Amino acid sequence: MHVELRAEQFHKHSLMGDLLRKLHIDIPLLCALLILLVLSFMMLYSVGGQDWGLLMRQASRMGVSCVLMIFLAQLEPRQFQRYSIPFYILGIILLIAVLAAGEVGKGAQRWLNIGFRFQPSEMLKISTPMMVAWYLAGHEIPPKWKHIVIVLVLIMVPTLLIVRQPDLGTSLLVASSGLSVLYFAGLSWRYLVSAVIGISAFTPIYWHYFMRSYQKDRVTTFLNPESDPMGKGYHIIQSKIAIGSGGVSGKGWQENTQSQLDFLPESSTDFIFAVFAEEFGLLGCLALLLVYLFIIARGLYIAVQAQDTYSRLLAGSLICTFFIYVFVNISMVVGILPVVGIPLPLISYGGTSMVTLLAGFGILMSIHTHKKVLPS
Amino acid sequence: MRRHQVIKDVFLENRIFLSRTVVMFVLMLFLIVGLITRLVYLQVSGHDKYHSMATNNRIKVSSIPPTRGIIYDKKGRVLAENLPSYSLEVIPEQVKDMPNTLLRLQQILNISEEKITYFQKHSNRYKRFDSIPLLLKMSAEEVAKFAVVRHTFPGVDIHARLIRHYPYKELTAHAVGYLGRINSRELKRVSATEYRGIHFIGKTGLESAYEDTLRGYTGYAEIETNAQGKPIKTLANIMPTPGADLYLSLDIDLQKIAYDALAEYNGAVVALDLESGGIIVQVSKASFDPNLFVSGISHADYKRINHSRDMPLFDRVLRGLYPPGSTLKPFVGLAGLEHKVVQKQQKLFCPGYYQLPHKAHKYRDWKKRGHGMVNLEKAIVESCDVYFYDMALTLGIDKLSSFLNDFGFGKRSGVDLNGESAGLLPSREWKRIHKNTIWYPGETLITGIGQGFTQVTPLQLAYATGILANNGKSIAPFLVERKVYVDRVDKVKHPQVKKVNLKADNLAVIRKGMVNVVHSARGTARLIAGKRTYQIAGKTGTAQVYSIKQDEEYDEEEIAFNMRDHALFIAYAPADNPKIVVAVIAEHGSHGSSTAAPIASAVITEYLKEGE
Repeated sequence: MHVELRAEQFHKHSLMGDLLRKLHIDIPLLCALLILLVLSFMMLYSVGGQDWGLLMRQASRMGVSCVLMIFLAQLEPRQFQRYSIPFYILGIILLIAVLAAGEVGKGAQRWLNIGFRFQPSEMLKISTPMMVAWYLAGHEIPPKWKHIVIVLVLIMVPTLLIVRQPDLGTSLLVASSGLSVLYFAGLSWRYLVSAVIGISAFTPIYWHYFMRSYQKDRVTTFLNPESDPMGKGYHIIQSKIAIGSGGVSGKGWQENTQSQLDFLPESSTDFIFAVFAEEFGLLGCLALLLVYLFIIARGLYIAVQAQDTYSRLLAGSLICTFFIYVFVNISMVVGILPVVGIPLPLISYGGTSMVTLLAGFGILMSIHTHKKVLPS
Repeated sequence: MRRHQVIKDVFLENRIFLSRTVVMFVLMLFLIVGLITRLVYLQVSGHDKYHSMATNNRIKVSSIPPTRGIIYDKKGRVLAENLPSYSLEVIPEQVKDMPNTLLRLQQILNISEEKITYFQKHSNRYKRFDSIPLLLKMSAEEVAKFAVVRHTFPGVDIHARLIRHYPYKELTAHAVGYLGRINSRELKRVSATEYRGIHFIGKTGLESAYEDTLRGYTGYAEIETNAQGKPIKTLANIMPTPGADLYLSLDIDLQKIAYDALAEYNGAVVALDLESGGIIVQVSKASFDPNLFVSGISHADYKRINHSRDMPLFDRVLRGLYPPGSTLKPFVGLAGLEHKVVQKQQKLFCPGYYQLPHKAHKYRDWKKRGHGMVNLEKAIVESCDVYFYDMALTLGIDKLSSFLNDFGFGKRSGVDLNGESAGLLPSREWKRIHKNTIWYPGETLITGIGQGFTQVTPLQLAYATGILANNGKSIAPFLVERKVYVDRVDKVKHPQVKKVNLKADNLAVIRKGMVNVVHSARGTARLIAGKRTYQIAGKTGTAQVYSIKQDEEYDEEEIAFNMRDHALFIAYAPADNPKIVVAVIAEHGSHGSSTAAPIASAVITEYLKEGE
């Protein structure tokens, strides 16, 4: 509350501040996001070997994503509420289309080519929580048993469609984005605990009937990466070497050896955190985590400040998904979770996740800046 | 669109949402702390470990072998050099299926089974990315054969390497020795760091004795490589230090003269420079081509050389043990004079045999009819056995043994080569220890004429003669005069100059006798006197290989060649101002006078001709 006020006071008389406020931009959030985008640029410059082509592609994605973010911030929250159902249905249709006619890449069918290649599953990271928030906002809080079942079905449909592609990382994020809405809506702790037990029981079935062999490999190598150091355990071992060799203060920007000499695979995408840790060390990692934590705290604050149930639930879920991104990515890079294809939000190279993430922050800004003035 | 209008408890909703948010935030903080803990574990506790792993990942240290020192003779002629040659080398890291690759290589090139075995046994000594030689000294044909199929052998390539070469082949085989590939026994002995990148080690001769001097020091290149093993850049370069060149006292011309002079005989020729003590000639025959050993000798060649009855691998100069025969007489005579058991002109009658008091056994003289009245000088000139039987008996084994010991008999001369034999100088104590019996007077007699237990090496014989010629001054023989390093020249110090105290009068008698061996009408080596501006002092000798029973005749014609006596000759010249001393042993040459003396004469003549 105090932070908010002070930030607004600070910008009260500045032209820039006025402009940003008129554009419905949340300045603290924007600053933190810009820090991440600058870091992304720096890291890709270092990892890509000063490949300006790569940087320009990333910059254009950032530009598109930022425009989308600002556009969404202009909309009123009830607009999102209104379009929740069509948006969700469109997402489901596209997912089915992917399974029917999608492009295959890296052993998975994830992309749809409609003039440009894109991953419909990314859309679901926003449309699923929107749908669930819409549904729960229309019923009593905390939700009743019947509503919970309907919500679970709403979540399961896109999740299973994405699992079929297969894309474990995205399905995980979609499922958790929906489930987090349920959590914020006040799902009883009793259900939560039994759900955790239920999922544990489901694991072996999932292992046998749904997981592809490469996914199983990831899990087994996670449990013992040294069993096959030149093969399946290579990723995680090289990643740990990169992080560990960075030490407390790091080797310095562009001074990483692990990725520049090609020892570390996927160094510009999913494993970019390892490069960051190698170059900037523990201190750099702490600073980065602090930036992420600030964004999360700001997001939760926005959610708490939101004026209606739908906004609150959606904001909470979006920021929760963002946290899962950060946590799962860093956990797999440091070797405490198996490798699932989840990028480091806003820093990894790649377009689709950036569009969705910044779109999410656009929604958050919209929620925060379109408040009806209440009598104090 | 269906929309239920639900009456909402806004207060309850806010409360639930706030509490859920707080719980969620706490959970997130908790998880982030977990991540930080993990990062601390990796980056602080694990830093050293991962740092070295990262370094090992990228930096490969490849060794640059040093160039081995070259060996020159006295006049700067190359005795051992490094010639560029092609070798087939394998980098194990780049070979996917090693057994199959080796098998295919064998089908194309003539690679013996031993070489394959050696390669397999020794490849683990190297790093995976090191290039290991498989086949050395490839012929142009072999190079061409492989070049055609090279693309089908990833990790196998032809490299130009320096290979040791001995241009004088059998002439220097024993003195210079040879280089060979390091075997597993040597591997345990040497330091792995010093031999990184080095595939050869000196096996015999100077190559072995001066291994550390000749070898030099390996250089290193630290190369940064990427994950595919491709070199990116050189981080550091330490140039190798080449080994020092050796300059010898050996004269290859004289070496060749001595070798050729031995003609059909096996044996040894040693010549020493009396001023410095340096070895001028060091011939051991039969010999072999040392170049065969450098690139890995084939089984057939090795079998041929090793099983030859001529024993070409055996270094006779350092390890050949021969009875000195009559060549010992000057020393025995000098012992008699020094111990005053005889006067210079004291005479003795030689009936052609000698008997111990109250014993029937006849110790024979080589001259059946006897020498008549003999004094010491005549006894040396005519090599009268009886005279020395008597002298040895009078001296007794103890005095004789200790006197001969001063001349280096029975001990190593200290030459700068490995594996020198100490020979054998018998004594009472030696017999008690080794034979477990007492010393018999008869054994003293035969010791006096250089037979019996006494055994000397050709080097010892030359060394001892040198002491006589040098008026008692003894210098340990050596081959290496100078070590020439990149930045300095080391004159090798040979400090062992000792002095045997001898009376000049006594020495003069012996030396006169030795001159008359060559330069008098009755001298045993009068055939080599010839016309020269200087005199040669010498002494012939015959060493029995086959012992004759009492009353049996030694008939040269009837005895198989390998049972014939060894012919010996020792000499120094010029007699009045000695510069060179020579010892010759011609195995089964029968007579020192006819076989061994001309060989020594050839060496002396050439040496002193040069000196003019």
